[in-house]
Amino acid sequence: MELTMLYYLIPSLFMFCCGVYGFVTRKNMIAILISLELMLNAVDINFVVFNRYLFPGNMEGMFFTLFAIAIAAAETALAIAIIINIFRVASDIDVREINKMKF
Amino acid sequence: MESVGSIIMYVIIALAIVIFSILAVTTRKILRAATYLLFTLFATAAIYFQLDYEFLGAVQIAVYAGGIVVLFVFSILLTSHPGDNSEKLASKSKKMGLVGAAVMFIAAAWSLFSRCEMLMTSRPEMSNPDMQRVGEALMGTAHYQYLLPFEAVSVLLLACIIGGVVIARKR
Amino acid sequence: MDVTLPIIILALPLFMFLFLGLLGKYMSHRLAGILGTAGMGITLICAYTVAFTYFFSGNPDFINAEGERLQQIVFNVTWLQFTPSLVLRLGFLIDPISSMMLVVITTISFMVHLYSNGYMRDHHGVWEKGFQRFYAFLSLFSFSMLGLVVATNIFQMYIFWELVGASSYLLIGFYYTKPSAVSASKKAFIVTRFADLGFLIGILILSFYAGTFDFTHLTSVAVEGLNHVYQVSEGTAQNILSIFANNPASTFMGASVLTWALVLIFMGGMGKSAMMPLHIWLPDAMEGPTPVSALIHAATMVVAGVYLVARLFPLYLMETAALDIIVVVGALTAFYAAMVACVQVDIKRVLAFSTISQIAFMMVSLGVARPEFHHGLGYMASMFHLFTHAMFKALLFLCAGALIHAIGSNDYTAMHGLRKYMPITHVTFLIGCLAIAGIIPFAGFFSKDEILTACFGHSIFWYIWMSCVAGLTAFYMFRLYFLIFWWKEHKVHDPHHAPHDQPWTMTLPLVILAVVSCFAGFVPFGNLVTWNGHPMFESVSFLTNLENLDWSVAAISLTVAVVAILIAMKMYKTENELPAKMRNALPALWDWCYHRFYWDELYMFITHRIIFGLVCKPIAWFDRHIIDGTMDSFATLTNKASWSIRGLQSGNVQTYVWIYLIGVILLGSITAICLI
Repeated sequence: MELTMLYYLIPSLFMFCCGVYGFVTRKNMIAILISLELMLNAVDINFVVFNRYLFPGNMEGMFFTLFAIAIAAAETALAIAIIINIFRVASDIDVREINKMKF
Repeated sequence: MESVGSIIMYVIIALAIVIFSILAVTTRKILRAATYLLFTLFATAAIYFQLDYEFLGAVQIAVYAGGIVVLFVFSILLTSHPGDNSEKLASKSKKMGLVGAAVMFIAAAWSLFSRCEMLMTSRPEMSNPDMQRVGEALMGTAHYQYLLPFEAVSVLLLACIIGGVVIARKR
Repeated sequence: MDVTLPIIILALPLFMFLFLGLLGKYMSHRLAGILGTAGMGITLICAYTVAFTYFFSGNPDFINAEGERLQQIVFNVTWLQFTPSLVLRLGFLIDPISSMMLVVITTISFMVHLYSNGYMRDHHGVWEKGFQRFYAFLSLFSFSMLGLVVATNIFQMYIFWELVGASSYLLIGFYYTKPSAVSASKKAFIVTRFADLGFLIGILILSFYAGTFDFTHLTSVAVEGLNHVYQVSEGTAQNILSIFANNPASTFMGASVLTWALVLIFMGGMGKSAMMPLHIWLPDAMEGPTPVSALIHAATMVVAGVYLVARLFPLYLMETAALDIIVVVGALTAFYAAMVACVQVDIKRVLAFSTISQIAFMMVSLGVARPEFHHGLGYMASMFHLFTHAMFKALLFLCAGALIHAIGSNDYTAMHGLRKYMPITHVTFLIGCLAIAGIIPFAGFFSKDEILTACFGHSIFWYIWMSCVAGLTAFYMFRLYFLIFWWKEHKVHDPHHAPHDQPWTMTLPLVILAVVSCFAGFVPFGNLVTWNGHPMFESVSFLTNLENLDWSVAAISLTVAVVAILIAMKMYKTENELPAKMRNALPALWDWCYHRFYWDELYMFITHRIIFGLVCKPIAWFDRHIIDGTMDSFATLTNKASWSIRGLQSGNVQTYVWIYLIGVILLGSITAICLI
């Protein structure tokens, strides 16, 4: 048996779909953020895998992942700051209750 | 042909990814979800190691597993009262989510398998990118070198720190 | 001629307007009055100098070797240039009529400025509210009127024409807290604006075909003979008459373009000069202060229409149809106004209708003027009458002002028998009445006699008609005179408050104007103002007018006037039953005259019932329901559409994600299908 590209893409895809499921079903904002991280992570895996299998001498995919991780870290930090702020105002982080910005 | 060890390793990683991903989005205790996310991230790091990107794997563990998850835990502890579970999901929305994810999965898998011959490429030989190459690529300005994005990310992180402080600050 | 004096004549009143208008409230009433009067006095001196230089200096610029008076453009500033040939200029034209008008305007205006110092305060010396504003407006009016008469081109005249209309509006509505004054000013403005619409169209037609606005160009054609070839621009020779008369495309509804242009221009003159049927604003304009009535609505502005026709007279001569229209309109108006003036109670109204009638005299005189008869005697007579009428009518109005100021009412019923209390006013008013009635040797006799002679030369019918009107004039003026100063003794309850003559600022203008009215008739107008500049008499002396009288006509008109005065004396000198009997004998006629032949009611009917009711209402309905409805339904539709889709913006992030997800799946599927 040989570990081809498919073997890595399938778990990545699965992880992504889990992220999607979590994103659309969970109500807790932090859980939504976790789902988001899952999706990001799946995409990162894809970058690395394609780089490794198709362009083994180069490092573009790797660097892309690297920057994606950095940006994810920034985004998470900011999102968590917002969540904490919302919690302070609304005492709740249920995403369904936070709809003051409609219409 | 891969060694049996790496195949076993792969199976463990793949199983960990699948199981912990599912658990991370289905568990009702939010702290546990964060923990499962941590495991998923570890498994991802393992994939990076298996694919010979050791630097990337290290960054994954350091930033993601070490930094982001800790942030998650902190914020969970700050925003949820101890011992309360998250609400039970309505079965309707659960089903909807499942359907959506499944359709997504099928569509993506379908497009994957429609490129079947490409997916079947075996792993080429590659020398592990050593730290000097990574460092030069990160700090250089020539073709395929990434000083500018590096700096941009550093500015972004700075902005993020300031923004985080401003937003979360008590007024 | 040096440009200094003309510039002062125009600039000083404008400056006084700005000065008094902007800074008037920071100065005392007395100072404002003195400044305004002094400014007008300087203008008066300058205007007299200019007119004197023009008429008597013998400068070859003004009079050529044959004794023909020439038009002279002192300066002409290009203001707007539309095309190489179509240029708007602002300038200063002096010729006989503009010089004569300069004298008339500045004289009357100065008198009124002086008089207002006394009139615009009450018996206790308290100044009228807005006194400085009053002087500012008077200066504005003087500026506009002077600019009008010296206009070098018809467009400049139009501009100042509108300016006098605006200042007339401001002055009629001077007592802006009085609703009747406000509506009178609006009425005057709207009616004259309506007439000016015709004037503007006439100007456009005329200038379109002639390619010029300049009076000199327009009129030189006819003056130098109807075959004159005249240069439009850059050497293109064009015969102006052939353009107007012989171009078959340029006729409209059976009349040539020139006729239309001239009639439309005359329509503007009808509005300003209160010719029937556009006369309705003038009686109401008496709501303004009496000095304003004397200046604007008797002596100067209302004769602008006559002046306009006189200015374009050579053009009118080319189209005698237009002149015939002027005669008919003028004659009807003269008779109508004289009839109405016979029964009015308000003394200012009587004078207003008298003004209408006298202006109509001037119009008729212009209309009957033909070069064939006495070198265009009618033209000279018209200008002569304009001159004398300005003097004695201003005198009458100022007397009326003095009476109103003393009595506090406009009705003669409140006056009666004032001759002992106000002797100066009595004598001057009598002189004014004699002048307007045409008694020798007062001013009106000569000018009116010339007009009647001109009518006689044109047609016997109009001569008889105008003689009747002249008789009516004498009758209603003496009716007014006797009712004010005789009829019965004035009842005085308190001897300390008996009516008395007014302060010198008011009586001095009366005396001056009375003296002028006595002697203005001897001015040898025939040598000064004629339609083509040729003098009418060989030699000039003080008695020229007397020597050149047509004594047959003069005797008849004198007889008519004396008989009319005697009738008035019989009826009104002492209190008696005769007027009431006359009234009861012809109640319908009296009613029609008293209600001014129901012209106002007719206008109200036309505007309110027909225009507002039958035209405006459906249009308003269309506007409100169809046009507004369409626009409203657009808005409602947009509003409803946005209300129905606003639910999409639920604020629920996960819904957005769902929609996004579905979109992604669809796009991905499509891409996948396409790639396979």
